[in-house]
Amino acid sequence: MRITLNIWRQPNAASAGAMHAYELDEISEDMSFLEMLDVLNENLNEQGEDPVAFDSDCREGICGTCSLMINGEAHGPEVTTTCQLHMRSFKDGDTITIEPWRAEAFPVLKDLIVDRSAFDRIIQAGGYISVNTGSAPDAHAAPVEKKKADRAFDVATCISCGACVAACPNGSASLFLGAKITHLGELPQGQPERYSRVVDMVAQHDHEGFGGCTNIGECTAACPKEIPLDVISQLNKDLRTALKQGR
Amino acid sequence: MASITDPSHTTALNSPPVQVSDDARGYYTLGEPLVDPVAPTGPIQNRWTQRQFDNRLVNPANRRKLEVIMVGTGLAGGAAAATLGEAGYNVKSFCYQDSPRRAHSIAAQGGINAAKNYKEDGDSTFRLFYDTVKGGDYRSRESNVYRLAEVSANIIDQCVAQGVPFAREYGGLLDNRSFGGVQVSRTFYARGQTGQQLLIGAYQAMERQVAAGTVKQYTRHEMLEVVIVEGKARGIIARDMVTGEVETHLADVVVLATGGYGNVFFLSTNAMGSNVTAAWRAHRKGAYMANPCYTQIHPTCIPVTGDHQSKLTLMSESLRNDGRIWVPKNAADCEKHPSEIPEEDRDYYLERIYPSFGNLVPRDIASRQAKNMCDEGRGVGPAVKELAEDGTERWVRRGVYLDFADAIARMGRATVETKYGNLFDMYARITGEDPYSTPMRIYPAVHYVMGGLWVDYHLQSNIPGLFVTGEANFSDHGANRLGASALMQGLADGYFVLPNTIRDYLADGPFEKLDESHPDVVAAKADVEHRIATFLSINGTRSADSYHKELGRIMWEYCGMERSEAGLKKAIGMIQELKKDFWSNLKVLGTADSLNQSLEKAGRTADFIELGELMCIDALNRRESCGGHFRAESQTEDGEALRHDDEFAYVAAWEWGGEDGQPVLHKEDLIYTAIEMKQRSYK
Repeated sequence: MRITLNIWRQPNAASAGAMHAYELDEISEDMSFLEMLDVLNENLNEQGEDPVAFDSDCREGICGTCSLMINGEAHGPEVTTTCQLHMRSFKDGDTITIEPWRAEAFPVLKDLIVDRSAFDRIIQAGGYISVNTGSAPDAHAAPVEKKKADRAFDVATCISCGACVAACPNGSASLFLGAKITHLGELPQGQPERYSRVVDMVAQHDHEGFGGCTNIGECTAACPKEIPLDVISQLNKDLRTALKQGR
Repeated sequence: MASITDPSHTTALNSPPVQVSDDARGYYTLGEPLVDPVAPTGPIQNRWTQRQFDNRLVNPANRRKLEVIMVGTGLAGGAAAATLGEAGYNVKSFCYQDSPRRAHSIAAQGGINAAKNYKEDGDSTFRLFYDTVKGGDYRSRESNVYRLAEVSANIIDQCVAQGVPFAREYGGLLDNRSFGGVQVSRTFYARGQTGQQLLIGAYQAMERQVAAGTVKQYTRHEMLEVVIVEGKARGIIARDMVTGEVETHLADVVVLATGGYGNVFFLSTNAMGSNVTAAWRAHRKGAYMANPCYTQIHPTCIPVTGDHQSKLTLMSESLRNDGRIWVPKNAADCEKHPSEIPEEDRDYYLERIYPSFGNLVPRDIASRQAKNMCDEGRGVGPAVKELAEDGTERWVRRGVYLDFADAIARMGRATVETKYGNLFDMYARITGEDPYSTPMRIYPAVHYVMGGLWVDYHLQSNIPGLFVTGEANFSDHGANRLGASALMQGLADGYFVLPNTIRDYLADGPFEKLDESHPDVVAAKADVEHRIATFLSINGTRSADSYHKELGRIMWEYCGMERSEAGLKKAIGMIQELKKDFWSNLKVLGTADSLNQSLEKAGRTADFIELGELMCIDALNRRESCGGHFRAESQTEDGEALRHDDEFAYVAAWEWGGEDGQPVLHKEDLIYTAIEMKQRSYK
């Protein structure tokens, strides 16, 4: 395959960025999207041009590191992570536009790499269950209704990639936030801190510069783990309860 | 089982090995034997309890004055940082990823073992201990494995309390399944994403401590050197991967929880960034590297398709429960579509060779037989270019069929979809083929390593103050061939073992305040800066990646599943050539004071090359088939793996011999008192 790439190049956070075009030949449809970029980078290195910086790690769709806007869509045209996208999703002669995640709360560090540490700070605000090591009761001491356990698992599969934010016209992280609130809120272990958690995490979310949710639904459409939109309803419901009862 | 009472004082059930064969003569020098100076004694079931009591305490007011550096944030590092933070120590946590939650533990699929006996199927601490020692081919320490089995039950309690959503039954209680070669149901799991859920539990516990101020988190930082002052580890030199700044961090103790080095093979199931640098820099500063050649090969990965490939993807081993593995009987059929190959022309080779275990033989056997089939020219799928035994290049098809046609006919497609749907989808996405209608193609791949820095019972390396946990140390489970063990050790080390052993060391602290201007600290930092400057100044023609790829091909051909004396010697020569070329012909663009991924790769590749050479020397020395590796010179009459307990029942701990010197081998004898060694058989 012959491919033209339009890629956002930005040397660092302080400099201005711009789109650059690159031509690639002999791309196999068996390559993953990131392997295609590896080929580009080998070429650039040979030509003495700084390779394109992009984030990736497990390349198995589970670590959540990869983060590319491909033709305006987070992780590209398929419902999966960028690392699991393959070149067979494109056609010979295609032009592909590649940009970093777009959100004020995710500043660009270099080229296609953004800073997502705001997500860690949201978790620090309450995205955990307070239990010290070694003080846990026997695992069978607190049964969990299977339906709730399954629901908790379904939403705990969020990989914190940030696609929901990048896809949202408001730059909101409500899907990420709702997934964590729902995961911990479904379990008996999560009840004691349930209402303080939601208040604190939402406050941190807003403080980081993420936008508000207006139920557009782009987040769930872009989510590679198919986190459902109703976690945001759960988030709002818990927040209302918390505000009514004063945490 | 008579030994369960008191095997302590302790008649060894085996005698210390006496090595006769010495294939590696000329490649190493023999050092003093090694003993674990803190190995426990007494009845095996009391050893850990007694040790926790004997280890000295640090009172809470003093803990605030003590500083711990934790490198790595996977199951071992994340759990340990959280636990030490809770206890009140000052922890500085480092990872190269953009968030601690992305450590590669997250990719583990299958499950985590624990001797809970919730199924009342006869499980016990002793049985988990026994299975693990046996599964590790009797190349692990008894005391460590017993401790692992003992704390396994606490791990599940801890994780459930954190909100880890393990699979549950309708009654609300936890579900279990059984896993590779084990007859009890002791594996706890969260669908195919157990590692992810366990890691998020540890990560959240750690973030809680970040909020509490006991843990300080440094992301996008790579440790490039360990600081040793007066014989003790006192800090690290790390590079801020965004600004390029080379930073000095000092502490009372340093813990490495930096994972495994399977990426030495270039293609593996490891994350792209997983590397050996932290461990290797410590090795060069005097820490022993133990059993570096032990690699676990996983039999069910998606095969390589071409030169461009950057990594391999694992398909859960559970597929072997229902899939049937075959290759064409005639090499001439390999290019045909599988549907054109009639039943009588298919060779269900595992069922044929191992009628009692069939497709469920252990990982090493399934892997090796797949290799044999492809070596015979009966592999399927695209041919790939690889190194041949004689060092030339060859084209080989590296794939065997994993066929669900019978399972679909027996259970119906719907049932197969429920059981394995997500794996089938993943396969279809990567290969572009529909596994419901065309058999999957699989091939073994490097999964994880059991070698690592040598540690004593307290997880302390031979350098005082340098502790090593999880996959980064040499594993508790020896030459392991089982699943669901690595997660268990990571969390056991992180939550329960290290926090209890490190306090005995820290009871001597706080150590004398150290200044950044101390000559040893200055020298360590200068070394790092010099090394970075060297990479940038070579100005040759080849990228670090291209060297890494070449190293990987050498390692896989000669130090992978099957090894031979001639092959390993050849590999050592090739690696030495590669190393010379690397240092004269490397090309790294960009600058030191910026985010520079080429520079990061150069440093890691340089260390992988040196490690690769040591792995080959270790493999050359170990003239026995053990764990996942088949040593051509050591096989039974019918071609099965043959261990030599009389010669090799020891831990091979290698000391860095200097830039131009030879590595020094220290042997730690493995003495069994509770379990008698047995030869394995899967016929």
